[in-house]
Amino acid sequence: MSAYTTVFGSLAHYEKGRVEIIQDKARHYAFSNIFEVASQAQPYEKTAVAKNLEYVVEVLRAEGRSDWFTAAHDEFAVVMDGHLELHLVKLDDPAAVVSPDAQGSVRLPGSPTGKKMGWIKLRRGHQALLPAGAAYQFIAEQPSVILLQTLQGPLTVEKWADICEA
Amino acid sequence: MSDVKASAPDEQTGYKRFELGRFSFSRDEYFVTVGWPARETQLSHTLPVDAFLKALMRDVAWGFFYGWVNFDAVLGTRNRYGKVELYAGRYNDSYHASGLDYMETFETAEILATFKAMLTDWTNAGFDPFAAPAETSTTVFGKKNGSNTAAIERNRETCRRMPGLPGDASLRSDENGYPINRAFADVEQDEPELHVEPGFENEVHAFNLFKYLSRSDVTWNPSIVSVCRNSLFCPTTEEHILPVIHGNDRVEWFIQVSDQITWQVSDKETGQPRARVVMKPGDVAAMPADIRHQGFSPKRAMLLVWENATPGLPEKYDSGELSPYPIEL
Repeated sequence: MSAYTTVFGSLAHYEKGRVEIIQDKARHYAFSNIFEVASQAQPYEKTAVAKNLEYVVEVLRAEGRSDWFTAAHDEFAVVMDGHLELHLVKLDDPAAVVSPDAQGSVRLPGSPTGKKMGWIKLRRGHQALLPAGAAYQFIAEQPSVILLQTLQGPLTVEKWADICEA
Repeated sequence: MSDVKASAPDEQTGYKRFELGRFSFSRDEYFVTVGWPARETQLSHTLPVDAFLKALMRDVAWGFFYGWVNFDAVLGTRNRYGKVELYAGRYNDSYHASGLDYMETFETAEILATFKAMLTDWTNAGFDPFAAPAETSTTVFGKKNGSNTAAIERNRETCRRMPGLPGDASLRSDENGYPINRAFADVEQDEPELHVEPGFENEVHAFNLFKYLSRSDVTWNPSIVSVCRNSLFCPTTEEHILPVIHGNDRVEWFIQVSDQITWQVSDKETGQPRARVVMKPGDVAAMPADIRHQGFSPKRAMLLVWENATPGLPEKYDSGELSPYPIEL
């Protein structure tokens, strides 16, 4: 038996902390919880939970098969709960889908045209590279949670008043 | 090579005394004493030697980090990126209002050389300033007794894109000297299952981040595990107290990955308390650009620190061009 128990959160069980104000405003801390956000989101809705100028960290509730997405820059996905598959396709003509200087991810209208790069089986704690110019699709049999490091783009959903303590 | 002004070892304790500009630093068996000129006199300030060395270790390893590294409520450094300000009392209401604070600016290489020399001379064998208190000895106290060069020469582990890619930072394993930490013995160690088509070996990539963190041999020392232009994921493992009070020169964000950390947040300029932020797994909190903060972690915890390394940010926050708060609610 381990001497310590490491506590992670999940969709099924999370306990939110709090901001105790002394001389400030709670809204300055934009305090939220990724499992709470994911539990109230539509599948694969990209909800921003952190924002730093043009950069964002998004939370995705992975459930079922996602659309195909791509970005002109690297993105990184960390699975925070559950397990899923990540499928990657090298786009024949990435610039035809997303401008090279575009920010954030875009949704492909259908299936991607290009070579299959491979696929990865991921579960909680695993981090994957979503390479620039590749199309990606998530498949999750059970609801799972993804943390996505990216830039703010057309698919980024901002609903700060709903998710943060004010 | 910058000159370091150091005395001969003290006859009683064996430790050298250091001077940097008009600051002086000396240590005895339990304490560090810092001296500086103030008005027509000389002032001094005392810190416990273990706390001082832990703070000094972070300042050196982080290359003076982003913004302010307060050793305590009086002493600290501010990174000017190429130069470093060393101050006593500048960000303490009482000292500053009384005109008893002092600050001097040094070339980064000069202050780094002196700080490294101090760290080398004052760290005894068996004491690791990066370790949690339960994981290192009390040999930091007492007269000079050997050294621990291997422990103090560790730097932040940074990647160019993502650890494990060819030519990038290494993953952590038993084989390369990163055993699982005692507090994370229950963290699963399996790696992602990769099915890679020929020719895409360098792009289809994933690793077990939680395994990587469970094998961190340091506390309160963020590494970099992904680079999205100037957006850096900097996870770290935290136990006991953050040995510095970090003052932000930009907004940073915390995402609590495991366990619990409580942050005491104070005003960056005055040190007056502003808030406490209790973070549990999955919690996300901004640390505004106008605060200083110190974390308390009762059990070794995984924390994802998210940084923005865009050049020129400190000037934009200083001038008011950017709000210290990242979100308008």
